[in-house]
Amino acid sequence: MSELRSSPEVLIRAEGLAKTFAKKQGAAFTAVAGIDFEVRRGEVFGFLGPNGAGKSTTMRMIGCVSPVSGGRLKLFGLDPNTEGPRIRARLGVVPQEDSLDLEMRARDNLHVYGRYFGLPRAVIRERAERLLEFVQLGDKAEEKVDSLSGGMKRRLTIARALINDPEILILDEPTTGLDPQARHVVWDRLYRLKQQGVTLILTTHYMDEAEQLCDRLVVMDKGRIAAEGAPHELIERYATREVLELRFPLGEQEQAAEKLAGIGERVEPLPDRVLVYAQDGEAALAETRGRGLEPVTALVRRSSLEDVFLHLTGRTLVD
Amino acid sequence: MSAQTLTPDTAATERSRRVPGGLVLSWRQFRFWLTLFRRTWRGTVLSAILGPVMYLTAMGVGIGTLINQNHDLPGGVGYLSFIAPGVLAATAMQNGMGEGSFTVLGSLKWNGNYWAAVNTPQRPEDVLLGTAMQGLMRILGLSVVFFASMLGFGTVHSAWGLLALPVALLTGAVFLFAMMAFSVTLNTDQGLNAAFRFVMTPLFLFSGTFFPWQQLPGWMQPIAFATPLWHGVVLSRELTLGTVDAGSALIHVGYLLAALAVAYGVARRNFRRRLYLSR
Repeated sequence: MSELRSSPEVLIRAEGLAKTFAKKQGAAFTAVAGIDFEVRRGEVFGFLGPNGAGKSTTMRMIGCVSPVSGGRLKLFGLDPNTEGPRIRARLGVVPQEDSLDLEMRARDNLHVYGRYFGLPRAVIRERAERLLEFVQLGDKAEEKVDSLSGGMKRRLTIARALINDPEILILDEPTTGLDPQARHVVWDRLYRLKQQGVTLILTTHYMDEAEQLCDRLVVMDKGRIAAEGAPHELIERYATREVLELRFPLGEQEQAAEKLAGIGERVEPLPDRVLVYAQDGEAALAETRGRGLEPVTALVRRSSLEDVFLHLTGRTLVD
Repeated sequence: MSAQTLTPDTAATERSRRVPGGLVLSWRQFRFWLTLFRRTWRGTVLSAILGPVMYLTAMGVGIGTLINQNHDLPGGVGYLSFIAPGVLAATAMQNGMGEGSFTVLGSLKWNGNYWAAVNTPQRPEDVLLGTAMQGLMRILGLSVVFFASMLGFGTVHSAWGLLALPVALLTGAVFLFAMMAFSVTLNTDQGLNAAFRFVMTPLFLFSGTFFPWQQLPGWMQPIAFATPLWHGVVLSRELTLGTVDAGSALIHVGYLLAALAVAYGVARRNFRRRLYLSR
């Protein structure tokens, strides 16, 4: 019944979704401990969390390459445990590891992949041409993948994932391991796909990536969802408008943190710095100095998802 | 870049959404391997022809002339005629194990093409069958070349001998699937080398390929009977020498088919576990 009532625009629905790995000895390992979420057509949906939060496991369940062990998961209204191939025919997947054939030319990588979907040669040829152009690899079509840089390989993997004209593009850590410039090129291409109305799902442990690309995201920690919403909503809900970052000389930080109590809305001491959450960062800095504290450095910035994560879990995203 | 850029031939997309049956999916996996094969076939063909010719020359013409002919060998045939059908079956085993080893491990560890494949409508069982198809193609091709050399050396004494070809293919298939079942569980190639050294080589030497199994010590004979290769060797030999009888032939074929079914079943289970679960 719930299927009939649900909006057709919901492409993915998870209820109490769980994944448990049996271990040879000892207790089973729970990677995903019962999560709920919905992904709607045309949106960019993100899973933000540190390594080991269960993001990739969730992505593999969505990609129908890892059986669901608890709860419910539906893509296009279909069950991944029984309809995997039918669902995968409508997905594009960019895995964490590129899994490209290094010995093959860039164009041929798209070709053999397209054949798996039963696409005719002529269609693949035409699409490969266009997709390579789209990911700015038009001039690398005839080159062996081996000779491409990390960023080019990632873009080639994105082009490959688009060969079947997927309704949802799944990206697991799309820019991990890339240098800043290469990351921006990937973001730019993903942003263009978003503009074209492609539904994107991505995992990341970079808060700037999540903020730039995602319409909506869930913050994951230890196999559970800690919070859900649009990036700006989450920041409004869990952080103040601004953050004052203070560094003190070694050994003085602890005392300083105690003296800061009461400034702004919340004080968060970290190993290397103290964060003061306040609506007005400059005012908080003035008050800090007013209390006779002299930080080595002081920086006022806008709150980010990093702060949301810190607030929700007590830890930073990238350790 | 306009929106139209990524809205290509919708008819092809429509068709690609309808997922066909397992055989078509396996065929697509096979096509992937054919594409690769087109790059490397020259080397394969050369070694395929040189190998058996060197083997038969060295064994038959070299060692064979040192062996007391017409005396110890069942059927009173020359040594070359005795070993040639055995080597036919044994090389089919070797090729089967070879095809089921680095092909699979490389697809998991180095090329990643298996991980790419399961993100498409391909299922682990399609990946298994499609890869096996190319292995079988190679086993058959190499067996045909070897059989042609046997004909050239005059070692096929009966029209039944032609059936030694499907027997070689069947023998190779057993070891192909068994090896694939094993390889798909590995993370390094150490296990493969162990399999070659401690399984393939002893089987090659002690399954009645180079001397009559009756000469094995009594305690070793049941072990020989239990190995699929022994059944392949003996049946292949009975066929090319024309000494085959229906009863024992049925037992040999039945045993090989049963072994194939077990190997396929285990391979299918292991492929599912690896490609769907553990990552």
